Order: sequence, then structure tokens, then C-alpha cells
Amino acid sequence: MAAVTGRRSRSILRWLVLVVVGIYLLLPLLAMVEFSTRGAGGTRSLEAWRGIGEDDDLLDSILTSVELAALTVVGMLVLLVPTMTWVHLRVPAVRRIVEFICLLPLTIPAIVLVVGIAPIYAWVTYLVGDSPLTLTFVYVVLVLPYAYRAIDGGLGAIDIVTLSEAARSLGASWPQVLVRVIIPNIRGALISASVVSIALVLGEFTIASLLNFDTVQVVINLLGKRNAGIAVAVSVAALLFAFVLLVVVAYLEPRRRSAPDDETPATAPAVQEARA
Amino acid sequence: MTSPNKVTNKVTNKVQTDSPAATSEPPALGGGVEVRLVDLRRTYGTVHALDGLSLDLQPGELVALLGPSGCGKTTALRALAGLEELDSGTVMVDGKDITRVSAHRRNMGMVFQAYSLFPNMTARDNVAYGLRLRKTAAAARRKRADELLELVGLGTHATRYPHQLSGGQQQRVALARALAIAPQVLLLDEPLSALDAKVRAQLRDEIRRVQREVGTTTLFVTHDQEEALAMADRVGVMSAGQLQQIAPPAELYERPRTAFVAEFVGLTNRVPGTVDDGRVRVLGTDLPLLEGSVTTGAATVLVRPEAVEVAPDDDGNGRVVAPTYLGSLGRVEIRMHDDSVVLAQVTSHQATELTPGTPVRVTVRPTPVLAIAP
Repeated sequence: MAAVTGRRSRSILRWLVLVVVGIYLLLPLLAMVEFSTRGAGGTRSLEAWRGIGEDDDLLDSILTSVELAALTVVGMLVLLVPTMTWVHLRVPAVRRIVEFICLLPLTIPAIVLVVGIAPIYAWVTYLVGDSPLTLTFVYVVLVLPYAYRAIDGGLGAIDIVTLSEAARSLGASWPQVLVRVIIPNIRGALISASVVSIALVLGEFTIASLLNFDTVQVVINLLGKRNAGIAVAVSVAALLFAFVLLVVVAYLEPRRRSAPDDETPATAPAVQEARA
Repeated sequence: MTSPNKVTNKVTNKVQTDSPAATSEPPALGGGVEVRLVDLRRTYGTVHALDGLSLDLQPGELVALLGPSGCGKTTALRALAGLEELDSGTVMVDGKDITRVSAHRRNMGMVFQAYSLFPNMTARDNVAYGLRLRKTAAAARRKRADELLELVGLGTHATRYPHQLSGGQQQRVALARALAIAPQVLLLDEPLSALDAKVRAQLRDEIRRVQREVGTTTLFVTHDQEEALAMADRVGVMSAGQLQQIAPPAELYERPRTAFVAEFVGLTNRVPGTVDDGRVRVLGTDLPLLEGSVTTGAATVLVRPEAVEVAPDDDGNGRVVAPTYLGSLGRVEIRMHDDSVVLAQVTSHQATELTPGTPVRVTVRPTPVLAIAP
């Protein structure tokens, strides 16, 4: 009887926590939706939402931010995946140093980063041009801490040394080991790293604003000063986009299939040999 | 399911009729090559993992390297695979020096101690992976993969992923994968150590059967003496980066050349004795000496428990301390009158009869023994 009462109390507590957190997270979103659908004289209107498609500056900035997100993801993956794989495989002694370097951007405030990077961007503008896509360079640095953590977790979850040695013994070159063995087995981690990077780039305001580039957040800020309804509608749309992205990621995550019923599957992680 | 023997015959017979120039066919299975490791040296800091190791493997032979952790056996195997750089020494395979050849160009199949199947591939894709790298046609590599899965008794598991297979099944797929590329040399790096005892014994026999059928020269590393003695044509015992002795299992067990080999392989009693005129007197019996023994004076004699005979005797030279019943046989620990302790192997019936405190007479069968300085 006491056990049943205890279970019921825990269940109520769980639901209570869920409801409180749900209200905390959903209430501002509902308020945003309510605000963005306000019409004249207390009516409901989708005028602000329709305005998104009619504002050329906004559409351009959305396109720019999406391109930036894509380039940042590519840059981050090209930079981190081979580097981290190599460090895990060949020079594990420098792992802490690489981790420290990758986590550094977390500790530097955006404004300090901009002050430091502004003179460099003068050269970037001079050499590459003044396209907002040049923000990719600083955004790759900005996403390093989050992407590093995700990829490091993925590499740590597989026996990368044994898998790569097995592939090598079968005749795989290092690029083949990376492309055909390592990457498919850390797919989940790479997707997570990419999603975090996309979310970060789409939400980044400070650096883009201070370096005078028109990304979606900068334009939303400007738009908010003349039409708050559209600005809020775009913000809700961005949140919905992130939500859809997370659902897609959850779908793409590799799933485990059921275990065989005739023999117990090997669940223990590979026993790392003590090199004799 | 097709019998594994039939499958192997089918594979090897088919291969022998193939044209060697046919690029769409996988390479031919079977046929061993000679392997020579010459004066291999590898140092980690102050530790000599390999200290002048030399070892020859005859074509089609299975050699086991046996030794305690840190003796250098895995380093030797990895050096042969190209996964370990050497400070000096030469690795020769089929008469060619491959010391500087990269691991992925050595054509060696390897089964690891850790589960090493690629988690993103099915058993069939794992087995076919090496052939895919060799640009073998899809149909041919699928056929070879299926044949090899049959060979290791997993023909019905081709579409399963590694996490859907047990540890023993994973290692069998790993063996099939290593054999699929028709390697010049098969390397087995403690492939059974992560498995439970029953699966281990089954897989041990299976690996030996497959290796015999395919005929690939094989180097097998283990710290389990039973595994080494049961599987290998010859067993090499290593210590501190050096090969102490290499010989067929029976010779290694019965005629050890050093105290380390005698004590590492099997159980051994250290009994005091006196060497004189090429023989040693132990427990009242004169025994012939093995090569490497001391030539004169007091000695410690290494006697196997199965060479020790025990009989109840009120006027004997010892008393039973602890009998151990082991099913098919038994062991009895006896304290001698000079306070030394001797272990004897007896029948299981004797083990139940010789209760603690029983006075016994201990003698030694006249088999050759190793006598070392006391």
C-alpha cells in the first residue's frame, strides 16, 4: 500500500515538473504567436507572417544566414573530423591541447572576439571581398566548442583504433578509413555537431552586427524597430525551423536493431588489449 | 546448412581453376607462404618490447606466440602486420622484404582481440569489405562473402549487424573477413580472450579447422597456454622481448629448455636434487637430464605433477596436505619430511581416497627433467 502511494506521488511529481517546464518554455512562444497574429481592432491577422515574404531585405538576409550556416557546417566538419580522428589515432597525447584550443571561444565574450578580429577582417575584406559569407571564418571558430564536444563523444563511443587498424589490415588507405569506416560510425555525432552549428549561426547577432553584415538576426533587429509584428513572426519561424531540424536529426540518428534471440549479443565494449 | 568442409573445398577448387588475371574474381584462397622475422627490435622508453626477436614460419604453419603480458608477443604480431614501427630488424614474407611496406599494402588478414567488425555494415558487408577495396565485382565479392560465412558456420547471419551477433559470432565473422582477401599471412591477436570458456573452446577448434583447410600461414598470439598447445603446430614462448624456446607443443611441454618455459607452460614442482654424472637424484630416484641443466652438484629439479607418483605408505616420505578433485583427474598437495611441498597429479579416484594427513610415499617416474642452479 505504501509502495503504491509512493509510486503515485512520484508520478504526480513528474507530471508537475513536466507541466511547469512546459509552461515556462511554451508560454513565451504562445505569446509571440499571439503577438504576431494581432490585427486591428482586436482581430486575428496573418499580415505580419505574410510580410516575411514581401520584405526583400529579410529574404536576402535569410538566404545569407542559411548559406552561412551551410558553409560553417562544411568548414567545421572539414577542419575537425580529420584533425580529431588523427589526434585520437596517432597523437592522443595532444588531445587535451586540441580540446583546450577548441573550447577557448567559449571563454571569450563576442565583443572581445570582434575587437580582436576586426583588423583581421579588414584583410579578409581586402583579399576575399566584403560578402557576408566571409563571416564563415569567424563562425567556424565560434562553433568549435560545441562541435568538438559532439564529435569527441562520437569518437569516444567507438573503438576507433581497432576499427581503423582492421580497415588498414584489409587494405584501406587513411582517406578510405576516414570516409568508409570512421565517418559512417560517428554519423550521429556529426549530425549533432552540424545542428548545433546551424542553430548557433542562425541565432548569432553580436558579431554580424558589429562587423556590419546583414544576417537574419541583424535584419530582424532592424525590422523590430519599424514593424515588431514581422520581427516576432520571423523569430517564431526560426524557432519552428530549429524544431523541425531537431526532429529530422532524431529521425536520421542511427537506430539499433533488435538483438538476436538465439544467442546473447556481445554487449561488452571491446576489450582494449594491453599491448604486449 | 552446407557443411563447412564442402564449402571450403568448393572455394579452393573454384579458385584453382580461375585465371589469375581475372580482376572481377576475388583472389585465390589457400596456400601458405614462408615468413621470416629477423632480429626485430622495438623499444618504448626504457622497455625493450622486442629485443632481437627472430622467428621463422613455414608455409601453411600455425605458430603460437605464448607469454605473459608485456613479453612482446603482440608487438611482434603488430610488427608483422605493419601496425608497429620497428627500431631495427627485417620482416620477410615469401622471400620479399616488407619491413617498410605500409600496413594496408601487406595483404595480411588480422583478427583482433577486441571486437573489430564495422558497426555500420552487415556481416556480409564486413566480410566483403576487403574485396570491395580491391575493386572485386559486386557479385563475386558477395559470393565469396557468403561462402566464407558458410565456412565459419554463419551462413544464415549474413544480413545481421555486429550488435545483433554474440561475441563468438562476431569473432567468426572477423575470421571470415580476414580470410576473404586471401591473405598471405593470417594474424590472430588473442581473438578468443573476450569470450566465455565454452564459446572459446568451440571457436578454438573452429579456427584451427578453417586454418588447416585454407592452409594460410598463421601467427597466433595468446597468453593462454592451453589454447597455444591445442591449436599450434609450434609454440614459441616469449619473455622480455626474446624468444625463449620454440617447438612443437609436446616437445615444449616435455623438454623445456629454460626454467621460465618449464614454469610458464604447465605446472611444475621445484624439488631439491643432486646432479652427478649426467643424472640427477630426486626423491630417491635417478633421472636423466634435459639439455640446459646444470652439470654437477646440488640443484633445483623441475618435475611435472604427472611425473610424481603417490602411494599410501605408513613409512612414506610425506603426508597429504590437500587433495583436489578436478573431475576427470585430481591433484594432491603433499608436504615432504624435509618440509618441501610437492604437487602430484593422480586419478580422480585417488584424489578422493587420499584424505589430508594420509602418510604417503612419493616417487618420480624416470622421465627427463631440467635441473637448474638452486
